[in-house]
Amino acid sequence: MVKLKVWPMLAAATVLVAAIELSTGIHIAHAEDRFILMASTTSTQNSGLFDHLLPRFTAKTGIQVRVVAVGTGQALKIGQRGDADLLLVHDPVSEMMFVRDGYGIDRRDVMYNDFVLIGPSNDPAGATKAKNINAAFRNIAKSGASFVSRGDKSGTHNAEQRIWIDVGINAVKHSGGWYREVGAGMGATLNTTSVMGAYTLTDRATWLSFGNKGELRIVHQGDEQLFNPYGVMLISPKRFPHVKSAAARVFMNWLTSDEGQGAIAEFRIDGQQVFFPNTK
Amino acid sequence: MGRSDQYPSVLQTVPGPGDFRGPRMVPGILPLEVRRVSLDMGSRRLLDDLNFTVKSGSFTIILGPNGAGKSLTLRLCHGLLRPTVGEVLWRGIAAREVPKHQTMVFQRPMMLRRSVTANIEYGLRLQGMGRRQRRERIAEVLKLAGLEALAGRAARSLSIGEQQRVAIARAWALRPQVLFLDEPAANLDPSATRAIEGVLRAVHNSGTKIVMSTHDLPQAKRLADEILFLHRGRLLEQSSADTFFDNPVTTEAQAFVEGELLW
Amino acid sequence: MSDVESALLSAVRLVFTLDRDLAEIIGLSMRVSLSAVAVAALIGVPLGGALALLRFPGRKTVIVLLNAFMGLPPVVVGLAVYLMLSRLGPMGVFGLLYSPAAMIIAQSVLVTPIVAALSRQVFVDFWSEYEDQLRSLGAGRGRAILTLAWDARSSLVPPVLAGFGRATAEVGAVMIVGGNIDHVTRVMTTTIALETSKGNLAMAMGLGIVLVLLSLAVNASVFIASEAAAKSGR
Repeated sequence: MVKLKVWPMLAAATVLVAAIELSTGIHIAHAEDRFILMASTTSTQNSGLFDHLLPRFTAKTGIQVRVVAVGTGQALKIGQRGDADLLLVHDPVSEMMFVRDGYGIDRRDVMYNDFVLIGPSNDPAGATKAKNINAAFRNIAKSGASFVSRGDKSGTHNAEQRIWIDVGINAVKHSGGWYREVGAGMGATLNTTSVMGAYTLTDRATWLSFGNKGELRIVHQGDEQLFNPYGVMLISPKRFPHVKSAAARVFMNWLTSDEGQGAIAEFRIDGQQVFFPNTK
Repeated sequence: MGRSDQYPSVLQTVPGPGDFRGPRMVPGILPLEVRRVSLDMGSRRLLDDLNFTVKSGSFTIILGPNGAGKSLTLRLCHGLLRPTVGEVLWRGIAAREVPKHQTMVFQRPMMLRRSVTANIEYGLRLQGMGRRQRRERIAEVLKLAGLEALAGRAARSLSIGEQQRVAIARAWALRPQVLFLDEPAANLDPSATRAIEGVLRAVHNSGTKIVMSTHDLPQAKRLADEILFLHRGRLLEQSSADTFFDNPVTTEAQAFVEGELLW
Repeated sequence: MSDVESALLSAVRLVFTLDRDLAEIIGLSMRVSLSAVAVAALIGVPLGGALALLRFPGRKTVIVLLNAFMGLPPVVVGLAVYLMLSRLGPMGVFGLLYSPAAMIIAQSVLVTPIVAALSRQVFVDFWSEYEDQLRSLGAGRGRAILTLAWDARSSLVPPVLAGFGRATAEVGAVMIVGGNIDHVTRVMTTTIALETSKGNLAMAMGLGIVLVLLSLAVNASVFIASEAAAKSGR
């Protein structure tokens, strides 16, 4: 009988694997400047825009861009802790404050898309007939139809909050009633909206690439108020000396160059352009 | 009970020096003195005022019915238990936890989940013995215990009788001066019992002092030079085997020797 | 076609086409979780043994804490490890955040209490059987822990597997400390979360089925291996 010493081999193998994994993990983390880390939003990630842009940039420069896709609020927090090299987010007011407070530098406009109001096909609140987005929001509040809010301090959430303020309705007071705060990303919010047959505000890119539309459709769009600009900025190397500013700047310059802007304009979902170049 | 003082416990001469290796190298640890030892468990007194001395040479058997306190007495002597009252002295020195040069074999053999050889080797490793010496020692005790054919087998796959022989071989490989055995042949069939008794005689002849408990009267008659008779936690008699079996003093011992049911 | 049917269909399609991205994701999942479990076993098994065999002040507190930590929410562990590894955290200088190493650390923290608490029970059971004999042979407690760990190896497999199950199933911790970066820190569970958020429910469920199958395969092979090891008489 061949006595296979299974257990010692297994134990040795696992120890080895663990050691290698940890050391390679640490090694990768220290591989200087071959990659940069960008905190961005779920809308850009989920729409597939980065899958379109990043390979071109990497092919040209050899710099890998790693994307952590979260809400704008969380992306700004990541930046404030120095855990990213640059940010690509969509909430101009928060972005200005971020730069003012010394966390970020060189904020630039990159592109915009727009928000759309999503609701059930039968549109019980009559949002389609409303003459502008403010009227549509008022109709929803009046009709008692449900509205699902991101509730996560994201760019989309902040845009929605500003509309409620504009129309003078304290929606949060009705939280738990017709106003539902899910505290989740755009996709999860759309899934909830679909199940509830409710209304919600989303960016067009996420909406177009969303796979579980069910009975939902766009019930209002096109207002100037629904303009959704994206900004890019570097994390301040003064505040966080470890950030890879040089490589991050290469990427920012590329994004805002003719080539980068052209690549953004080329991107299509179902034949539709959803992001529009916006450098000034 | 000052019996041990009156009674010469060495009945048999120790075998010649040629049979010795381990024990002679170190100073002897015997005699073992158990002085005014009692053991309580909660409010129950399990052992009551034991006094006896164990000297080298003889094959000592602790005899008594089940529940007499034989196992507890052995564990106290071995050092696994501490007495509530009294003291256990090895050559006049109070015992620490499980003193060296003495080992114990339990009623239910505890086999490590590895081969027979590895079981025996385990104890030797603990003593820091070198590889070559271990090999020699193992071969020697395997032969003595008649286990050569089973050396590579998983210890747990053996019969209880074979396991008990492995346990004895493992204990004896350490070359103890004293070997305690707690009913090593309980619940074994006659042939397994005979095999064990054969090994015990060989151990005894090699010069290792054996202190063994049993409730089996015929077995005691076959093996013992000296009897400690225990009953309900008390030591009733300590005498030579001949004296004990021919002229037991106490009524309990008389009844036991005559084969009456005692408890 | 019903949701269940389309989920099954996409699972079958995923398994049979097994494109490079999926293979990469599965590979990373296994690497991260196996490494985390290896770390957890290296710490948890000796810790379980120590808690079973040694008597030291605070021992009972540690046992209660470990049992409670078996149910630690992955998100909380993820957040704690995030704060540790973040540039502003005490281990920020290593720059480990958003790397597989960070995920291994988070899962190790999550899984170690499970391995330790469950293996402690195994040690307690074995010690009640072995105590007299090992003490009699003069084994110290440290040596006894090693001996028991070796002899109880088959019984220690389920605690480690329980840890592995928890590691592969959790999403909260790896999402926070790994960031679900494509080709870098994207594992099975974070991919499922991502596909769900994109509304690709059939795809997400299909991935879920693949994950369950993988977990089954790992458990089955460990089971077979330990049966074989037991049979070989070791």
